[in-house]
Amino acid sequence: MSASPSASAPVSDDPPPASALTPRVQLLAGVRAILPLIPGVIPFALVSAYAAREAGLTVAEALGLSTIVFAGAAQMAFVSLLASGAIAPVILLTVLVINLRMVMYSASLAPHLHREPAWRRLLMGYLLTDQAFAVSITRFTEAQTQPHKGWFYLGSAAPLWIVWQVFTLAGLLLGARVPPQWGLEFTVPLVFLVLLVPAIRDRPSAEAALVGGGVATALAAMPYNLGLIAGAVAGIGWGVLAEERRDRRDRRDRRQRTQREAA
Amino acid sequence: MGDLFEQPFSAPVLWGLIVACGFGTWMLRLSFIQLAGIWALPRWLSRGLRYVPPAVLAALVVPAIVQADVLFTPAWDWTRLAAGLAAAAVALTKRVVLTLVVGMAALWIFMGLA
Repeated sequence: MSASPSASAPVSDDPPPASALTPRVQLLAGVRAILPLIPGVIPFALVSAYAAREAGLTVAEALGLSTIVFAGAAQMAFVSLLASGAIAPVILLTVLVINLRMVMYSASLAPHLHREPAWRRLLMGYLLTDQAFAVSITRFTEAQTQPHKGWFYLGSAAPLWIVWQVFTLAGLLLGARVPPQWGLEFTVPLVFLVLLVPAIRDRPSAEAALVGGGVATALAAMPYNLGLIAGAVAGIGWGVLAEERRDRRDRRDRRQRTQREAA
Repeated sequence: MGDLFEQPFSAPVLWGLIVACGFGTWMLRLSFIQLAGIWALPRWLSRGLRYVPPAVLAALVVPAIVQADVLFTPAWDWTRLAAGLAAAAVALTKRVVLTLVVGMAALWIFMGLA
């Protein structure tokens, strides 16, 4: 939230004065911010294409899945449940539970995007991902009043969509896979790690991160990404309580000080 | 129409399922982004939202680095945790590319050693 992030290259570039932030500048800033997350997405797209073919989907059906659902973890669950003979309602419910976290992202981004035209918000919703959420909310919290936030968001969300579809198609047609021992998927948590630094701006947010990370780790064995959701909810709740505790303490300190001065 | 409760699904059932999953996911993503134009977020909610980034990002990062899915099993190894800690030190500079380079280089070196 601090208005003056450190001068040495922060997560996204320091927002220049508002007048210089044209839609084009914001769009390109969004593209730049998402670039480091691209290498981690590529092996995931290739693997999910491979899994779709293994599960017996045609190329058209697999492409339909990646364009219509456009959510990696949910797509993987879809095809592995399909391969294991699950019934349709179970597959649908699983996909929706895995994507429940999107509601949190949607709520976080909503105050920054509510001035966009309704039809554009339909598109923005469709393009929402972990990655686009993470870089956008970081940028928007750095400077609350910057113009054309929607263009930054689209600049970060759209390239991920394109890369996802291109490499899904490549995986379907070529059967290509990145050797798993390269560990390229590890680049995604590394980028999120950098975004975590400015998100921890005071004691309550540090406690929220500690609880969120701890609970998600302890519950990692839960199916359907529920560990992530439980961790996030626990962290958010803890953060709010920690903030209330801090505010109460501050008020009490202030009261005591005025009483002492009066005495 | 095919059967929703028996595999293999017919092509129309499979496509219907894909569309249903896509539509449901879209509604989840759209929920607040679309609603926020209609009514203002209540105060308690916007207060909680300030803790979404630290809580969610940590919930994404920590399990991946400690390999929580195989923690306390023979499949666990120390390489990701060590590489993650090295990257965490660099991440304090808020430099994305530098953190990526250090983290991945550390991972490959540690995997070579392990």
